[in-house]
Amino acid sequence: MSAQKAIDALAGQIDSTVASYLEACIHCGQCAEACHFYQVTGDPKYTPTYKMRPIDRVYRRDKAPFSGLMKAIGLAPDELTMQDLEDWSELLYDTCTLCGRCTLVCPMGIDIATVVRKSRAGLVAAGMVPEGLLAAAERAVEQGSPLIKPGVLEKVVAKQSAEVGIPIELDKKGVDYLVILSAMEILNFYEVIGALAKIFKQAGISWTISTTAFEATNIGYQMGSPDIARTLVQRIVDSAEELGVKYVISPECGHAYTALNWDGPNMTGKRHSFKVIHILELLEQLRRDGRVKTKGLDGRRITYHDPCQISRRGGVIDEPRSLIDQISSNFVEMRNHGAANICCGGGGGVSSNPRAEGLRIKAFACKKEQIDELGGVEALVTSCANCRNVLEEAIDEFEMDLPVVGLTELVAMYLDEGEKKPAARKRRKKAA
Amino acid sequence: MSLIWFVEQPLWYLSATVFVVGVLWRLFALVALGKKEDLSVARGSAGGGAVRAVLLHFIPHGGFFSKTFFHFLAGYAFHLGLFVLLLFAAPHVTFIDERILGVGWTPLPRWAFILTAEIAFAGLIFLWARRISDPVQRQISDADDHAGTWLTFIAMLTGCLALQESNDALRIIHMLSVEVWLIYFPFSRLMHAFTWVLSRGNMGAVFGRRGVTP
Ligand code: SF4
Ligand code: SF4
Repeated sequence: MSAQKAIDALAGQIDSTVASYLEACIHCGQCAEACHFYQVTGDPKYTPTYKMRPIDRVYRRDKAPFSGLMKAIGLAPDELTMQDLEDWSELLYDTCTLCGRCTLVCPMGIDIATVVRKSRAGLVAAGMVPEGLLAAAERAVEQGSPLIKPGVLEKVVAKQSAEVGIPIELDKKGVDYLVILSAMEILNFYEVIGALAKIFKQAGISWTISTTAFEATNIGYQMGSPDIARTLVQRIVDSAEELGVKYVISPECGHAYTALNWDGPNMTGKRHSFKVIHILELLEQLRRDGRVKTKGLDGRRITYHDPCQISRRGGVIDEPRSLIDQISSNFVEMRNHGAANICCGGGGGVSSNPRAEGLRIKAFACKKEQIDELGGVEALVTSCANCRNVLEEAIDEFEMDLPVVGLTELVAMYLDEGEKKPAARKRRKKAA
Repeated sequence: MSLIWFVEQPLWYLSATVFVVGVLWRLFALVALGKKEDLSVARGSAGGGAVRAVLLHFIPHGGFFSKTFFHFLAGYAFHLGLFVLLLFAAPHVTFIDERILGVGWTPLPRWAFILTAEIAFAGLIFLWARRISDPVQRQISDADDHAGTWLTFIAMLTGCLALQESNDALRIIHMLSVEVWLIYFPFSRLMHAFTWVLSRGNMGAVFGRRGVTP
């Protein structure tokens, strides 16, 4: 295979915004200070701007102003080769969680995460997607989810429905809200389905889950395949339109929110006919409107891990804090919380990429430091099932004793259900 | 035709033209690459986000100040020093008055010129020393980074040597180095002097719509 396909794919990703980022980088290297992969390894090749090098070369050789002149006088960068692409595969797929923290420190405000995600399109075109991600994407397209086999959702929902004693109707037309879930929630953190049923019952919300478009995870978006990303978004759009819902609830999954809400309409080329609302936005809205009431306070010393795509890159920062304040008497914030928070280490497709596992676990050291500074934290609350899974795995590896809790579940535990007591807290066992 | 005349007349006009036309063309061509309309429902304002990002990134935020203090100090020392020298060095004020704008202003006294030049030189030298010694910067730097630094350094150094304007040769060397710098500028990363606004603004606009400014 020649590198030309990759070069064309990369050139196709460069618009005036990306070009302004590539033009403005002054190679100061400050972005390395923000990247957990550089921080834990000290290896300069993990410097964020270095990850933009392939697309930058294509830009300067083929697309930048004066590129023709530069080529003519022999000052344009060399054309990308398959070897270059192979060399950058690790940098683009294994050592960037698309967390966007490097943007904070960059004097030019460069959104490196977006450039890295777009750069992955070149590796998709060159057939250099890591095996784990590729297989997950194929399953997402063929069976509707990277992890959930056909028929599993129905069983999990039925079980949760029975557990909380609330009927949950699938594929119900004419309801207001369509709930989508991440595979990780269905597989590992299925209590969230019962939690939603309880909360929505109290709030008087009509909702359903689609059996064909239940999966919120967009693996195509993470791997950098515009085609697969579009297919997966379109599936949700079609289902929402068919069911006639007013809202699609983006679940506790970081990139699902970005992929569906912020980039979804740009991928399908059409404004959504429904509104996408993040579950935390909805819960906070319901709480403010008095439609969801809680009772009792969690006395544990808890802190909140901001999922990068929801906080720094999604703008949902105040809502989780307001919800936690409602149900906790001992909430403490990490240093650099909110938009500056440190990534779990496994976003952006890194956790679906077995090749990246060693570095991912290592990168957790940055997060651990942030948590350890607080001292005596008894529970870590978050609102992304992928973060939760990655955090639980790393916490085990680092032999820490720290339960990780989903915020929606925590709210449901303290729901004011009249006489009923809040459900007992238990540390969930990590799925095998 | 003397060298002095050549440097002061045709070469000056040529380099100034290359600079102005080159910079404008580069910026125009960059913006002309275009971008698609964002079809998502905005939570906040793109314009507000752009302004916030442009201002916010003057200072490293998110808890990085201590880690990037060197860049902050050396970067501002060099850039602020350079701007002050450019606009307030006595020969420059005269040059701007006589050759460019037709108006002048009060120049820096000599002691302030020397102090500012020292600050600017220190900033530039420290930035370059770091570029060649820090493993991260060594990994990411290219020939353009070094060329830009050296051309700027030479222009500043020859400028200091020519301060008294008593020696034509020194003055002409300074002017020649500035002319080379002007011609190099639009084709190089020195363009960051303009593109920083676009980069910060574009990022801020994207995230401003989402209600956050990273
Ligand atoms: S987006 Fe995050 S992981 Fe990627 S280069 Fe930047 S700091 Fe590193
Ligand atoms: S901090 Fe920004 S300008 Fe500096 S090297 Fe990194 S991306 Fe480039």
